[in-house]
Parts: sequence; structure tokens; C-alpha cells
Amino acid sequence: MLLGAFTWTEFAQQIVSGLRDGAIYGGLALALVIIYRSTRAINFAQGEMATFTTFIAWSLMNHGFSFWTAFPLVLAIAFSGGVAIERLIIRPVENGPVITIVIVTLGLAVLLNGLMSLIWGGGNRPFNGPFSTRTIDVGGVPISVQDIGIVAVSFALVALLALFFRFTKLGLGLRAAALNRQSSELVGVRVGWMLAFGWGLAAVLGAVAGMMVAPVLFLDPNMMQTVLLYAFAAAVLGGLDSPLGAVIGGLLLGVTITLLGRYVGFVGQALKLPTALLLILLVLLVKPNGLFGRVAVRRV
Amino acid sequence: MSALLKLEGVEASYGPVKALHGVSLEVGNGELVAVLGANGAGKTTTLRAVSGTVRRSGDITFNGSKLRRRPDTVARAGIAHVPEGRGTFSELSVWENLRLGAYTRRGNLTEGAQRVFKYFPRLEERKGQQAGTLSGGEQQMLALGRAMMARPKLVLLDEPSLGLAPMLVQEIFDALDKMRGEDGMSVLVVEQNASLALAHAARAYVLEVGRVVLSGPSDELRADESVRRSYLGY
Repeated sequence: MLLGAFTWTEFAQQIVSGLRDGAIYGGLALALVIIYRSTRAINFAQGEMATFTTFIAWSLMNHGFSFWTAFPLVLAIAFSGGVAIERLIIRPVENGPVITIVIVTLGLAVLLNGLMSLIWGGGNRPFNGPFSTRTIDVGGVPISVQDIGIVAVSFALVALLALFFRFTKLGLGLRAAALNRQSSELVGVRVGWMLAFGWGLAAVLGAVAGMMVAPVLFLDPNMMQTVLLYAFAAAVLGGLDSPLGAVIGGLLLGVTITLLGRYVGFVGQALKLPTALLLILLVLLVKPNGLFGRVAVRRV
Repeated sequence: MSALLKLEGVEASYGPVKALHGVSLEVGNGELVAVLGANGAGKTTTLRAVSGTVRRSGDITFNGSKLRRRPDTVARAGIAHVPEGRGTFSELSVWENLRLGAYTRRGNLTEGAQRVFKYFPRLEERKGQQAGTLSGGEQQMLALGRAMMARPKLVLLDEPSLGLAPMLVQEIFDALDKMRGEDGMSVLVVEQNASLALAHAARAYVLEVGRVVLSGPSDELRADESVRRSYLGY
């Protein structure tokens, strides 16, 4: 059943490329979790939001911006866009049933997808990433600089977010607002703005994932659709309300399916996604809340 | 004496069901005022009307200006509401709960935290513990401590004695007395345990089906025949 000859060098390369994919899935999964924790709904527009901001980066770069000058600009645009989406589109249905919010995000996905085709046209195009695609030698294994860069940027972003949530007042307010709306209001947290802020953060995470993955996948309006499915799977695997779980779920998923695709004959490229979903199903049979899902401890 | 908090003809309802039919009451600076009454009399709703967590009409004045019906604005004005069920964040640590209490304040938390730990040393021991794993008494201490962190002018306290051992209840009311003395805080407390409330409050209001039926200094109420029979049980 093994394809070709097994070498440790190639195995190491596969791990790194799995981590690269996993970092992207994890970042997007984290965006899903941030929104899920505050609105209890899956944001199906997360992929399209990410692609949209990546197109903005592409336009900026076409107008002479370098990647790293466009990068902070795109993040600012993404953040404002996320906040605006929550205020204008989600807020009116915020107190409605979860299914209403889900349908609204589906509608938003369709709308953004159409807008992208309208503004930038369909078809895919190359996206010049910030990292070189040549390889460097790491302990005898040639590894792509791009893969290392993607993993490093994703990790840095997640670490920054973790520090923000843990040590800043605003981060604490965001967590509180997601946990208990009324108690948060009673201590003076402006919950409405916290929800909008969460959407802004999710949009930023999506923008980074989009800009990192575009050089690998090529840019087109549907670029993030499959990625979003993997991200969703990663979030469920980690436990939908656990930010740490989302990141670890993403990495686990990335590495597992890369290895399965390479070394298990019948999986190959075509069956990667179904295999991933099957694995997750098996995990959830044993741990229904996901690997890191919250089982509330409470003494009454 | 000019009142810190003044309710005039306050009505409140949950959907079509009216819970308050025109309640008027006052809390003075540094005063502890109790609201007594049977279940469903509207005690909790009175507190919720102040903090803006229930739909209401009528005038509520706090510190000389009209109070808006937005809980976060009310909190910023200097009112800390410790609601039914205490409103602590069980998933967050004790320390994070206290930090949230000071959410509306700028600057260093140490001084405020020190005061809380002086009243409730047990909270300092359990600083890093998840609030949900505290005992009922400790959670009530945390709820009060969190309220203190905001340095409020007024604390709204809903059934602090509920489900607690008598010793703990005593400890909590003693802490309340000290806080008022040392920090000049006012307290409006809703309490089932009427004898306890009357022992600590300067004045009290008795509610029946959403109306104030009796009010006055605690001594007078304690001597009142109907209060004695209905709420004190002797």
C-alpha cells in the first residue's frame, strides 16, 4: 500500500508541508471559534471574507505596494470590514435563532463571492507572496522558505492574540462578553462593541490566512472554500469553543492528511477531504466536545 | 438629606406581565436600605429596574441626574449590581473576575484588590482558581469583591444569604457594614431573611405584588404587627 520508497528526508518534508497547511487551517479555525464563542453560530462567510481581503492585497500590490507595506494596510481594512459586517448585517439578527445568523452568513458568502467576480473577475491568478519558494537546508533536509515563513507568521499571530486575550483589559472584556452577556454588561463592558471587535479580529485572522495561502493555491474568488471546510473540521476537532483547540486541531489535521495523502495509496489527492472528515467523525465518537472542548466545571 | 438614588413611580414588566406597579423609594449617601417581601413581590425586579436589565418606565435619579436604561452605562455611573445567581464568571479565574469588576476604572488594580483581600482573605488564597469551583460562600464573597473593585457609590445586592450557612451570611453582612463605614458606599439589599436585613439596614421598604405597602426605619418596622407576623414569624 505504500507508494514509492520511504525516506526520512521526504517524511520530514511532508511533515513541514503538513504544518504549513495546518497553520492556515488553524488560523482560519481560530477565526471561526472567536465568532462561534460570541454568537454561537458558524460564520460561513469566513472564507469569502478572507479571499476578499486577499484580493485587496493583490490590488494594492498591483499598484506598486510591496507585500509588507500592503500587509498592515490590508489588516486594518479587514478589521474595519469585520466590525462593519457585525454592526450592519449581523446585529439586526443577533438575538434571533442561531439558524438565522447562519443563513445570513451564507448569504454574505454568496454576496462577497459575487462582488469579487464583479470587481476582479473570475479565473485564478498568481499571487506573489513575501517568501521565496527556494529551499534551504535544515539539518540535511531541504525545506521551502515559504513553508517556514507561513508557519512562522501564523504562529506569531496566534501568540499575539493569546497574549492579548490573556493580559489586556480589552481581551478580558471580549472573553467575558462571549461567556456571559448580562454579567458583562453589569460590570460595564460594552457587549455590542465587543461582538463587533470579535468579528474584526476574525476578519484579520482570515486576511492573514488568505495572504499566506494565496501564493500556494493561486488567487480566485473560490480560493478559500475548501480551506474553510478544513478549518471547520479543525475547529470541530479541537472543540468549537476552544481557541487553543482550533490551532492544535488545524495542525493535527494538516499533518495527518498530508501524510495520508502521500503514504496511503487509495487516499491520494482525491480522497483527502473525505478521509479528514472520517477521522474527525471517529474522534468525535470518543470525545463529543472535541479534543479541547469545554466541559464546564461548576459547583452549585 | 439629599438622596443618592431615587425611584419615583417606577413600573416594570416582563413581556405582557407587569411586575412593578409604581414603586417609589430612596437610598441616601452611605445608607443601607433593605427591600423585603414575599416571593414574586417584585424585589429582584426593583433592583433590575435600577440597573436597566428589565424594561421599565418612571423616573430613576442617581447622584442628581437621570439614569438611562443601559446596564453598561449604569455600571459606569457608579452602580454595581450583584444579581441573583451572583453573576460571577464561572469559567474565569477569581483574579480575572476581580479584574472585570474594575473594568470601568483606569489605572492600577493593586490598591482595590488589596481592599477586597482585606475583607475576604480567602479570595487571595484562591486567586488563580476557576470561579466555578468555589464554594457558595466564596462565590458570594467574590461577587461582592468584584462589585467593590468598581469603587461604586451604590451596590445593589440580591439575596446575599441565599443558600449560605448562617455563619457565612453573618460574615458577609459584617463586611457590608465595614465597607459602608470605611468606603462610604451605599447599599440597596433585597433579602428574604427579614430579621437579618432589619438588623443591618437603617430603613426598609416592604413590597407586595409590585407595590410599596410599608416603609420606615428598621426599628419601627420590626415593631409593626403585620411585618412581624408576615416576615419575622413571631
